[in-house]
Formats: sequence, C-alpha cells, structure tokens
Amino acid sequence: MDKKKPKKVFVQGAIPLEKIANSVANHQSKTNIGAHSIFLGQIRADEVEGKTVTAIDYAAYEEMAEKVFHEIREAAFAKFDITCAHIYHSLGKVNVGELCLFVFTSSAHRKIAIEATNFFVEEIKARVPVFGKEIFEDETHQWKVNK
Amino acid sequence: MKVTIKYFGLVAEAADKSEEVLELNGALTASELKIQCLNGLAIADKDSVQIAVNQNLDDTITIKDGDEVALLPPFAGG
Repeated sequence: MDKKKPKKVFVQGAIPLEKIANSVANHQSKTNIGAHSIFLGQIRADEVEGKTVTAIDYAAYEEMAEKVFHEIREAAFAKFDITCAHIYHSLGKVNVGELCLFVFTSSAHRKIAIEATNFFVEEIKARVPVFGKEIFEDETHQWKVNK
Repeated sequence: MKVTIKYFGLVAEAADKSEEVLELNGALTASELKIQCLNGLAIADKDSVQIAVNQNLDDTITIKDGDEVALLPPFAGG
C-alpha cells in the first residue's frame, strides 16, 4: 500500500487545479474504492480595518512539518479504514482565490472518507508548523492565526 | 555549549533574523531559553510562541549542546 511511502507535501506557490483532476484519475484503477473525499483550502480576501488581503505568503519549519504530516498520516491510517490519503500544502505566495491546501482521502464507503478528511484538515491546522503572512493591497501585512 | 536557534514568522520578523548560533552557559530548560530569546523583542503575545527542541514541543526539556531550537509563532496552515 502507499501508506508507508514517503510523501512530498509542500508545493511551491498555489496548488494547480490539474493536480486535483490528476489525483482522481490516478485512483480510477483502484476499484476497491467507492468514495473520495476532497478538502480544498482557498485564500480568502479578508478585510481588516478597511484593508483587503490579496495573498498569503506561507513559510514552514519544513523538517518538523514533514515529521508532523507523517505522524498525522500514521494516526489517520490507524483510526480510519482508508485506502489512501494525499496531502498538498503551499509554500510561498498564494493569491486570493487560489488553493493552498488539498486533502484527498479514499475509502470503500463515503462516511469513512469524509471523517478521515476532516481529521486531516483539523490536525494539519492545529499541529503543523506553517506560518502565513497575509499581504494587503498596500503591501503591508499581518500574521495569520488559525482559529 | 552551542545551540542553533531558528526563528519563524512574526518571531523572525521581530528578531530580524531567521537563524543564529548561541553560546549558552549553565543548565536551562526550553521554557527558560524561550524567555531569554524573546526578551526585548516587540511581540505582543509572547505566550503564544512555542519552543521546539529538536522538533519536540515539550518546553520542560533541558537544553543540551548541539540542540536545534525553534521559536514558533501560532500555526496558520491551511
């Protein structure tokens, strides 16, 4: 199974839309799968004191982040009967409307895939050392904090 | 002993550097080292900064020679 394979999570810049279609296509030969669950994180044009966010510039403590992504994967495979799971997260600048997180899980049945995807997203937001600089249209910035 | 300190996000911005090697004397815990590193930096909520020692978030760890220490502001992935 692809459970143990080392996975490259970080993508430079926005996650290309083709990656989503390609990920689905790559699993059409796995006919024990009955459900895919996908989460896509998109950069929102938040307004803060009259200024609008135009992009987020992501940075990470990459060595630790890779380790935590791996721990989350291991925990997800132990907890849920999923066939496979893929995570992609952006580094660097991602503009408003573009994608910064892509979580893709597959299972025989929908409930397990949906629950596993939720687990991945919540764990990633809480535990992975990724930092986001929200850039406004006047080039000033503030630091994003996950709620 | 020598310890590598890595700064990220708003901590790197406040410290105006991303990495340095510090020469430390005497035993101290991660929590004490964090206070020492953040002292004097313009950070509004210092309690929100976490310290990782060799990628481990336990701040009761005693710092050893050669450790890699990271000062991590609140996470913002996704």
